[in-house]
Amino acid sequence: MGMTTAVNPVEPLLRSERMPHLWCPGCGIGTTVNCFARALERSKLPLDKVAVVSGIGCTGRVAGYINLDSFHTTHGRAIPFATGLKLANPDLTVAVYSGDGDLISIGGNHFIHAARRNVDIKVICVNNFIYGMTGGQVAPTTPLGAVATTAPYGSFERPFNLPFLAESSGAVYVARWTAYHVQHIAHSMTEALRKKGFSFIEILAPCPTLYQRRNKLGDGLDTMRYYKERSVIKNGASTRDLDLDFQGEITVGKFVDVERPTLQETMDRLYRQRLEDRYFGWRQP
Amino acid sequence: MSATHEIRIAGFGGQGVILAGMVIGRAAAIFDGKHVTLTQSFGPEARGSAASVDLIVSPEPVLYPYLTRLDVLVAMSEEAYTRFVPELHPGGTLLFEQDLVNFQANRPDIHAFGIPATRLAEELGRKFILNLVMVGFVTGVTGIVPADAVRKSIADSVPKGTESLNTAAFDKGLEYALSQKLAAIHQ
Amino acid sequence: MNLVHADPKTVLTGAHFMDGNHAACEGAIAAGANFAAGYPITPSTEIVERFAARAPLVGATFLQMEDELASSIAILGAAWGGAKSFTVTSGPGFSLMMEHIGFAAMTETPSVFVDVQRGGPSTGLPTLPAQADMMQARWGSHGDYEIIALSPSSPQECFDVMIDAFNFAERYRNPVFVMMDESVGHMTEKVVIPSADRVLLVPRRYTCLPPSEYLPFKPSPDGIPEMARMGQGYHFHVTGLTHDASGYPAINAQTQQELLSRLVGKIRNDADKIARAEERQIEDARIVLVAYGITARVALRAVQLAREERIPAGLLRPIVVWPFPEKRIRELAGQAKAFIVVEMNQGQIVHEVERGVAGRARTVLVPHAGGAVHRPEAILEVIREVAQWA
Repeated sequence: MGMTTAVNPVEPLLRSERMPHLWCPGCGIGTTVNCFARALERSKLPLDKVAVVSGIGCTGRVAGYINLDSFHTTHGRAIPFATGLKLANPDLTVAVYSGDGDLISIGGNHFIHAARRNVDIKVICVNNFIYGMTGGQVAPTTPLGAVATTAPYGSFERPFNLPFLAESSGAVYVARWTAYHVQHIAHSMTEALRKKGFSFIEILAPCPTLYQRRNKLGDGLDTMRYYKERSVIKNGASTRDLDLDFQGEITVGKFVDVERPTLQETMDRLYRQRLEDRYFGWRQP
Repeated sequence: MSATHEIRIAGFGGQGVILAGMVIGRAAAIFDGKHVTLTQSFGPEARGSAASVDLIVSPEPVLYPYLTRLDVLVAMSEEAYTRFVPELHPGGTLLFEQDLVNFQANRPDIHAFGIPATRLAEELGRKFILNLVMVGFVTGVTGIVPADAVRKSIADSVPKGTESLNTAAFDKGLEYALSQKLAAIHQ
Repeated sequence: MNLVHADPKTVLTGAHFMDGNHAACEGAIAAGANFAAGYPITPSTEIVERFAARAPLVGATFLQMEDELASSIAILGAAWGGAKSFTVTSGPGFSLMMEHIGFAAMTETPSVFVDVQRGGPSTGLPTLPAQADMMQARWGSHGDYEIIALSPSSPQECFDVMIDAFNFAERYRNPVFVMMDESVGHMTEKVVIPSADRVLLVPRRYTCLPPSEYLPFKPSPDGIPEMARMGQGYHFHVTGLTHDASGYPAINAQTQQELLSRLVGKIRNDADKIARAEERQIEDARIVLVAYGITARVALRAVQLAREERIPAGLLRPIVVWPFPEKRIRELAGQAKAFIVVEMNQGQIVHEVERGVAGRARTVLVPHAGGAVHRPEAILEVIREVAQWA
């Protein structure tokens, strides 16, 4: 993944003293982190004003490796933590970086409400179809029929279509890529970092240790090959049509990029309208 | 008056029962230097159309905050009257809206005073200020809180722009008490 | 410690006739709270309703969250963002907040949690009082930690202890609890709000060190680390995992030992400085009543009634309930023959009293299941019985 090479331009954005990281060989999370570092650079944002918030799980450890103000919070609650952080310190750009189990299962309620409110946060979800940190249990993203330790005969639940969930809840920016699409990921992340409002990027990533091995899908490289061969880029596709089947075709692309006032903009407008000069504005900390 | 008084104001929703309690309580606590504790019923019995508010007014700090010896009942509905009159302590005072309460002289041990508060409010053009008419009546009959304190409290308690209307209602109730006091239904 | 005055633009100076919930809200605003998140729950809701109305007038933000899990961590995010923040709830919501109380303790996040207690367990008595969450406040989250909890017994004190709560939260970088009850929350009395220059506040402890020299969890000489401002290039990391002074996870027994002894020690070692209690007629008391919150008022009435009967009773009312004033109980155990603990639960703080008394006097519990406060006469009955042998 080249995260530790001395000439790597993203190195100052990573906490090199924390390397080696804890992710397994072939894991896709590190790839996405590299993309994120590139996106931070390209975004031209003042980096001291960017904060990263993670929940719990393998992707939840991302906050610990990015050399910015960073928070490793509780399981499922990265989004409400980030909501408080952003509202209290509106100058910050707040990115939530976590996994599918954290954001969509235990944190699912927060996910839909933050999207509905259009909280100005950027949510990056690394979706590896499984609970990694706890050893390979079924997730709300596990494809129908795929095997997990708590679904030993295959998952019998329909998985979430995350871009559809995000869009229908109110996200203003929605994209999906796989860990193979590093240029696209970095580009989408750059766009999301610059965009105001609730932005959501799903990145399908291999978990060779648990998901791929248990489902006899080979190693990380085999998964990259699968992503390469079965991904179809359909920018602007209807998010309704983005269900994922076990080892089926993967629709990737940028699906939603619309404008809608953020929570803080709406709050500010209504207060101004109703209270006029009695409105105090926000007391900066 | 220096003794402790326990007051209950009861009626139905929309009569401004709680505001009436707040006006009296604020008058006694802020403008007359008394210790006052106001409580409302928040239990399941507070649901539906009934509304009530309890006040303890005392020269001493109020320790037990709920009523133990009801001595002034202000009944603004038939339901409030029938429900709470049995709780009125012997020697206590009943003040009631005489057009809304079917008064029966079955408690010879209490003092009872009626007022057509709704009609008096309507004379001022606003039926909804009957609560302040009632406050004036309570003030005039019981003397628990000085009228001046209540006037100041009204200014602090009612929506801006309604102060004079509410004060007029208060004065109306107060005058009625003073003019009717001797003719009241003493038993 | 340098104290600062409250902002006069936010303090509603004057004499008010208001209920405990509204007074608690004004206390928070006077204390400088500029962020609150909450979820409606009886009998606490008036606090956030008032804060929602006042927030845009005083430069604060209120957000009604989707649940108490969200509220209880949104305030922690806001605290790290630089806000003074709090949340408000009652029993069932308090149960949902427990994980984030541990997170706040572990990450040393200044935060205030208000629990307007109602009857439980479960949905219990939503509109009626109890004091049955006292142990939950102390022990409700998993793992070892220490908290500070205050218990007001009047609307005036709801205002007062909110300021103490925010000051303790900043001073000790810790979650602090205001354990109200439905009775105190919903009763209306005179509340005097002082002028802003009489409200003294503990400012956030921010580091003066440059980023290159700063370690986010390196304790100051008093055991408490200084925070760094967000967005200033400190690039600090905060985790609920066991961490060393650098703030990074360190998953081993030695780091755990060092961290836990510091987290617990910063409160325990200062217990005497944090303690706050009211004593009434205690000098010659052979029977000491111990009660807090609304129950203390009723217990004081019982003490007055007992004194009328020449029974030497007195009252110890902890305003800070956690850390428990164990030392004072130990002292009084030398003088009193009996302790009567009056609380609106089936026996919680009584265990602390028994521990402090350590067999040197008798301890008697006057419990109440909740739904109503004790009648002073019922407490007097117990005092009379105890006076037979005390």
